[in-house]
Amino acid sequence: MNKNRKTLKMPVRYLMNAVLVVLLFLALSYMTGNMLSTYQNKVLMTVGINIILAVSLNVATGYLGQLPLGHAGFMAVGAYTCALFTKYCPLPGPVSFVLGLVLACVMAGLFGVLIGIPALRLTGDYLAILTLGFGEIIRITLNNIDDVLGFKLFYGAKGLKNIPKYSNFTNVFLCVVITCFLIHAMMKSRHGRAVLAIRDNEIAAESCGIQTTYYKVMAFAFSAAFAGLAGGLYACYLGVLDPSTFGFMKSIEILVMVVLGGMGSMLGSILSATVLTILPEATRSFESYRMVVYSLVLILMMIFRPGGLLGSYDFSMSRVVEKAMNGELFRKKEKEGADHE
Amino acid sequence: MTVFFSQLINGLSLGSIYALIALGYSMVYGIILLLNFAHGDVIMVGAYMSWFVMNQLGLGPVTAVCATIVTCTLLGVVIEKVAYTPLRGAPRISLLITAIGVSFFLEYTAELIMGSGAKVIPSYYAAKTFMIGKVPLGLTSIITLVVTVLSMLVLTFLVQKTKLGKAMRAVSEDMDAARLMGINVNSTISFTFAVGSALAGIGAVLYCCSYPQATPTMGSMLGLKAFVAAVLGGIGSIPGAMIGGIAIGLCECFVSAIGLSAWKDAVTFAILIVVLLVKPTGFLGRQVQEKV
Repeated sequence: MNKNRKTLKMPVRYLMNAVLVVLLFLALSYMTGNMLSTYQNKVLMTVGINIILAVSLNVATGYLGQLPLGHAGFMAVGAYTCALFTKYCPLPGPVSFVLGLVLACVMAGLFGVLIGIPALRLTGDYLAILTLGFGEIIRITLNNIDDVLGFKLFYGAKGLKNIPKYSNFTNVFLCVVITCFLIHAMMKSRHGRAVLAIRDNEIAAESCGIQTTYYKVMAFAFSAAFAGLAGGLYACYLGVLDPSTFGFMKSIEILVMVVLGGMGSMLGSILSATVLTILPEATRSFESYRMVVYSLVLILMMIFRPGGLLGSYDFSMSRVVEKAMNGELFRKKEKEGADHE
Repeated sequence: MTVFFSQLINGLSLGSIYALIALGYSMVYGIILLLNFAHGDVIMVGAYMSWFVMNQLGLGPVTAVCATIVTCTLLGVVIEKVAYTPLRGAPRISLLITAIGVSFFLEYTAELIMGSGAKVIPSYYAAKTFMIGKVPLGLTSIITLVVTVLSMLVLTFLVQKTKLGKAMRAVSEDMDAARLMGINVNSTISFTFAVGSALAGIGAVLYCCSYPQATPTMGSMLGLKAFVAAVLGGIGSIPGAMIGGIAIGLCECFVSAIGLSAWKDAVTFAILIVVLLVKPTGFLGRQVQEKV
């Protein structure tokens, strides 16, 4: 458009975002230490875990344009992996926690590849039903496997107890930042553009030489791996795991977060995950109406605003700063008017 | 051997219920390529209707059966008009999410109104058991099988021989071309939903004969299994839904019979995954080439 437009260099952008993240962390950790009760701190950690879940599902739903209904299944894989590892690992606490989380990611990612390869050969609806089936199989297996194998490992419906509680605000926050950064970085890379191209038109993407199956499986596994990370954090936050937590309902809850925020918008997922976690906690007395309202939100959203509240809009600090540097911040309307002429 | 035959009969009668429900999925999928998640919950509403008419109003079973089928039919059409018609031409992912929304809305509204406990439905008729040799044969199984076969025959006649059936086939073949030929596409789609939901109503009555209780979530697993049956038989195909339904029903009964009843849902989904891997079009489905 014009060459005189001032821009920011990449290192400056990274530095700026890093500073903002650190400031946010300091503000929140000050709050957790001084202003919030134990209960509110727990809610804050749930918010973090839900953000990871929503942002990771957004990769498969928003960016890849598929509809997996078994996200809770991947979360369960991660949760049980991390729980068992940290419970029986002789290494010191922090080391086993980090290793457990990494292992949770890897296992969930592997399951993602395993499910993705057959599922992604099929079109949308079949993928939805296949992932749903997979999620149910995981849940049923976790419930019954001990009886079949004849030893006590998963403890079935009784629940896996005494998982060391390593999760705290700091490491949940760190994981949220890492997740968001990695997903953002991937989506801005060549691979991310390939994924977006597949979403927009698979046939056209294929004819441009993009290996559609490869990228679909990659995005799917990426999404599953971060769900596993969230699962690992969840296991070490709660200390108890029960297979019935990871049912179809949980997958739908995560999906509502993504759809409400806007499929394909990371900011949207983060905001709606935050709101949809805090709101039910604040309105416990309306608990029974929650799912009715959720389902209505899904229907109305699809009819009146299929793109979600934010659509595919994503907030970028550097863009705002660049606009400010060029004095464009408050001149948007005027410019649009000029474009129309 | 006796056990084998009685499980065979159980499987056939359970399978024919799945088949009736699977037909609803199959027809709707055939015509607007929508996986109607709410279909299973229509059955749930039907079961509550039966309970309401017989237990609360104290009316006879004939009224209850009629009320159930009429309610299901109307509910199917209303869902289509309210939730799916505004999304005609929208991306399929939006339709699918709406369908999930409708399903959850029905389930949780039912839970809110009826409570999450089970409501026991009074039996429609006095249960009897006949003995054929050493194999017990319940009246319920006979009625289920006979009603299913009759419904299939009526449906086949409707689809193959009547004008509306011709319109349905035309719309599922090519919606735009059908519109150009002067077919009222919207009313044809509504009619398809009505027929599918009426079959779901019949399925609800038959299901309540065998398992006489209504819970808010009874529809979701029933619906999912019926969907698996539809995929197994080849989605969009009427005889396919029949074969798929009976295959799933038999499979489930035999898995329970060998003592793995906790795993029967997992087996059903495993079958689905295997079918999708080996032959995504199912037994009788046809391959649709994607056009650019």
